[in-house]
Formats: sequence, C-alpha cells, structure tokens
Amino acid sequence: MPTSRIDTRFAKVKAEGRAALVAYMMAGDPDLESSYQALCALRDNGADAIELGAPFTDPMADGPAIQKAALRALANKTSLSDVLALAKRFREDDQETPLIMMGYANPVHKMGYEAFAAAAADAGIDGTILVDLPPEEDQPIRDAYAAHDLSVIRLATPTTDEARMAKVADGASGFLYYVAVAGVTGAGSADPEEIRSGVEMAQRVSGLPVCVGFGIKTGEQAVAMAKIADGVVVGSAFVEQARLASVAKTPQVTAEKMGQLALELSTALSGGVPAK
Amino acid sequence: MELRNTWDQWPDENGRFGEFGGRYVAETLMPLILDLETEYRAAKQDPAFAAQMDDLWAHYVGRPSPLYFAERLTEHFGAAKIYLKRDELNHTGAHKINNCLGQVLLAMRMGKTRIIAETGAGQHGVATATVCARFGLKCVVFMGETDVERQKPNVFRMKLLGAEIVPVSSGTGTLKDAMNEALRDWVTNVHDTFYCIGTAAGPHPYPELVRDFQSVIGKEARAQILEREGRLPDAVMACIGGGSNAIGLFHPFIEDEDVRLIGVEASGHGIETGQHAAALNGGAPGILHGNKTYLLQTDDGQIIDAHSISAGLDYPGIGPEHSFLRDTGRAEYLTCTDEEALEAFQLCTRLEGIIPALEPSHALARVGEVAEDLGKDGMMILNMCGRGDKDVFSVAEALGVEI
Ligand SMILES: Cc1ncc(COP(=O)(O)O)c(C=O)c1O
Repeated sequence: MPTSRIDTRFAKVKAEGRAALVAYMMAGDPDLESSYQALCALRDNGADAIELGAPFTDPMADGPAIQKAALRALANKTSLSDVLALAKRFREDDQETPLIMMGYANPVHKMGYEAFAAAAADAGIDGTILVDLPPEEDQPIRDAYAAHDLSVIRLATPTTDEARMAKVADGASGFLYYVAVAGVTGAGSADPEEIRSGVEMAQRVSGLPVCVGFGIKTGEQAVAMAKIADGVVVGSAFVEQARLASVAKTPQVTAEKMGQLALELSTALSGGVPAK
Repeated sequence: MELRNTWDQWPDENGRFGEFGGRYVAETLMPLILDLETEYRAAKQDPAFAAQMDDLWAHYVGRPSPLYFAERLTEHFGAAKIYLKRDELNHTGAHKINNCLGQVLLAMRMGKTRIIAETGAGQHGVATATVCARFGLKCVVFMGETDVERQKPNVFRMKLLGAEIVPVSSGTGTLKDAMNEALRDWVTNVHDTFYCIGTAAGPHPYPELVRDFQSVIGKEARAQILEREGRLPDAVMACIGGGSNAIGLFHPFIEDEDVRLIGVEASGHGIETGQHAAALNGGAPGILHGNKTYLLQTDDGQIIDAHSISAGLDYPGIGPEHSFLRDTGRAEYLTCTDEEALEAFQLCTRLEGIIPALEPSHALARVGEVAEDLGKDGMMILNMCGRGDKDVFSVAEALGVEI
C-alpha cells in the first residue's frame, strides 16, 4: 500500500511534536458552496485533517447539534454524490489534507459498497468512519476499499476492553477514533485522566494514531486532551458555527466563523503559535 | 438450497437471517449487546427463568389466551373456518407484554436498574411501564411528539404507572425517531440501563429474543388447534408493524411447510401514493436501527417516514426475519390500506362483539380473500394481537363522528 495522506499527515504532526487537529463539518450545511469555502478555511487555519459529514435522516449516534445540521443539509437536498463531488472539488487544489467521510451505513449501502469505494477514491477521499458498521459488519467495505487504498477508520470507546480492542484494531487503518464519553456527539466532555489508560491501550494494541473526540469545544479542552492523544477531533463546535451563520442568513460567513474557531484551536494545540 | 429443517435454525452465529439482521450499532453498544447475548443464552438454559416466566404469564398476563372460533366471521365469508388467537385479552390489551416480561426479567438478571423503551401507539410503552411497576424498576419511555398527541390515553396510563415520558421532537416525531432517541439514551447510560425493544427488530440478539418470547402465541395456538381440530391450520395470519406478533405466531409453525404464513403490512393511503408503512411491499434492503432489513428509503438511502392510520404499524422498517422469510418465499406479505382496516374494524366489532385494535384490523381486512382461497374445507388462525379500546378516538375521528 502506498503511504496514504493520512499516514503522511500524522507522521508530520508527530515530527512537529504536537497533536493533530481533526475538524468535523457537515457537508451541505447550509449549502454546498459554503461547505467548500469552509473546507478551505479549515485547512488554511490549521486543521490537519477534515472529517466531512455525510448527512443521514436517522443519525443515532449524534446529539442535537449534528442531527440538526444533517437535517439542514438534507433539506437542501444534499446527496451522497454531492458529498463526494464536494470532496473532489477540494482535491483539485489540495493534495495533502486528509479527507475522511463520516456518516452512517445506509446511504453507502444503497449506492453499493463497490460503487461507493470507486467514487470515493476518485473524489480523493482517504477513508471513512461509518458509525453503525462495527468490525462485525464492515467486511464488505474492507473488501471494497482494499482495491482503492481507502482506510477503514474504526471507533473505540471507554467500554472497549483489551480483548475487544484487538478486534477493533484488526483491519483498521489510518487512525482510531476514540470516543471519549459514552454518549452522543456534542454531549459533556471527558476528563483526560479518566481515559488516559484507554487511549494508551488503543495506541498499543492498534499501533495506529489515536484521535480523541466527543465533547471537545474549546482550545483549553483541546490542549488538555492533546496531552494524552495523537489528535483531537472537534465536531459539534464547528457545526454550531455553521448554524449561527445560517440563522443569521449569511451562509458566506460560515467559512469565516469556522476558520476563526480552527485558528483558535490549532494555535492552542501548537503551544500558542498561530498556524501558517 | 436445502431449506427444510433449517427454518428454525436462524439466526446464525452472526445474528443473520440469510443476509438480513446483524449488529449494526456504534462501537459503544457492542460490548453491551454481546453481553446481552451471553446472558440470554444462559437464561434460556435456566429452568428457574422459564418457571418465573410461566408463572407470570399464567397469573399476571392471563395466558394461555383462548383460541376462539369466529363463527359469524366464518359465515360472513362463507369459506374457510376462521379462528382468532385472543392475545387482545392479555393484561394491558395486546401481545406486547409477552415480550416485556421476558426482557425485564433479563434486565434484572444483568443487574440493570433502569429500563428504557420506545413506543408508537403506546402499547409497548404501557406494557413496559406495567412490568417496571410490577418489579419496582425505573422506566423511561421515548415517544414521538406526534404520537404523544394522538395517543393521549396511553400517555396518561404510562404516567400513572410511574414511567417518565420523553416526547421526541427530533426528525419527524414518530416511532423511528423515538427509537433513535432511545438508542442515544442507551449509549449514554450503558452502565445501568437496559433497552427493552418493542418489536422483533434492532441489533442481534433482539430479533431472536423478541421472537422467542412472542412465540408463546404460536406454541399455544398450535396446541390449541390440534386439540380442537385434530390437525394443523392451512394458514396463520397476522399484521406487521415491526413484526413481533406475526413472528410469534409464525415461528412455531415454521417447519410445517404446509401451513401458509401470511403477514399483512399497512399500505396507508396506498403504496402508489408513497404514504404507507409497507417495508416489504414498497421498500428495499438497507441498514437502520441495528439491523439490515427492508426499509422505506429514497434512492439516496435516506429513510422515508411511514404513514399508517395505526400508530403501531407506522414504522419504515420490519424485523429482519420477515425480510428473510419473504425473500425465501416461506411467508407471504399482503397489504391493507387505512380505509380497508377501518372497514374490517367495524365488521369484526359488529359480527363478533370484539373491538379489535387498528393493527390486527389490517390482517382482518385480508381474511375474507384468504378464506376464499383456502376454500370451505380450509381453516386458518388470525392473531387478534390487540384490543381496540385505545383506538376508539381515532376511529371516531376517521369516521367523522364526534364523541
Ligand atoms: C396491538 C398491536 N398490534 C401490532 C403492533 C405492531 O407491532 P408488531 O408488528 O411488532 O407486532 C402493535 C404495536 O404497537 C400493537 O400495539
């Protein structure tokens, strides 16, 4: 397997002696043009990798902020193909920033795992996190992704014991997404000390970078979490910026607001030095 | 494919019925559903568990429910003999309690102290709240906002029983959203909470264990008909929401391949209108709520809201075993519109003095045609899975009567 964008990026971040900032945004919220601007703004303000949310009507693992973002994107008729087209547009002039599509299994299943894998690779997607495809059920995507060097990014949680972690690690690539709190996205935050041993175990068993997410909203929280992880994922806080912009009926401001937050977070993670 | 003798061996060790079923849940829930499976296997082997269930079924629920020869319905159609399995006589008025008792006893074995449930019509919510009251457990019921509005009597019943009702406004505020919200609560409270799912759907092992608990219906019916008629029926029929009452009736007959298994889905305003709840007749395979099964969905894989006059059938999916039985041809699935169900509701009430719930009214609506198909010498059992007291307000409204 050629070295993936994800591997290259995590190696670079590690060499810089810091944790990666992984930013999540919902594609199509409030519209695709704003999302494109937002992708660029996130990258320009220090996001090391971007999780591109694919909207689904029934996001079981998400709290209200991301649920509503998905409904806004769907109200705007954002399809899975639109999400891929958005990625492809971003790839036209960015060959380095890893793009991970995050969503639920059904839209991908409906498109067909093979067809999706080919289209995602063509769009420059580097991997996916499909929340409701645990290791027991993701063999079909592993098979489909193999030919396209797409990463299967798995979730680990505080309920994952060491035996289970071996199962989670087997077949995973890119990085592991460590869900810090048992709960939905946007809920309360975890105490880094409480999950430190779980994250270490995940790193040891998987040999992959481990990014911690769920409940991280501020630079301060990100810095605290960065001490125990290879990366921090911030989601609902970015989605909230998109919502504020769309409530104010200024979608063009979405990118600006999301960029500001990315800058705050990436600066904090770099020990106070602004990105680029 | 050698299918004979294999029908009752599903699901396989991966929780699959053919390609359907499985465990499509977020990682947070995986350890829990694996535990649940282990605990369920242990309970199944434990005579004390069975004895406790039997005792509660007999003295709390009122089992066995009668198998009743519906003489006047039979006369009305003038064809095959029609029997009704009277599960509407159960405590709380529907088959739902069969399953709730089983799950709540399992929850207690697992040391869980808080029970959550989703409900549409409110029947499963009432049954869960009832069993929780009986055992002194905390009960939280998630119910779509729209359903809270159209099922007020059941909402009050649940409150009387000590349950907390959480109205769900996310999505479209119906059963599927209540289920999403219950799953969200569950991932948040895995340590002390048990999710009591109301139908034979969800991640493995739920479809299997709900089926097993509901199979008391079919086991009784099978013994009762053999005693009454000295032979097996030609067909057994039931309505399909998520499919629990149907699979409970079907399963004990599943190896008897001469017995036709007939499910009836709600086609609402008609399949062609797009406003229906017939996942098998108007949907496609997909992944939702922990299992792979037929679903109402768009070409882009987004879930479409179901519509049915019956809140208990108003669900865009169906239990995975039904998807399997349909694709293999072992069972047949018919449909019934809102209007046809209303007519059947009135017919049964007038002819038999039994006010059926709107859910089994859907199966009743197809009974005449099936009886005719079976002919004069034929015989069939229909699952009267719920009583209609809860529905009199919505029926009055649909008929334009003010009460
Ligand atoms: C009386 C009655 N019948 C049927 C159903 C549908 O569920 P299932 O298909 O799981 O039996 C319900 C659900 O609320 C119900 O209340």
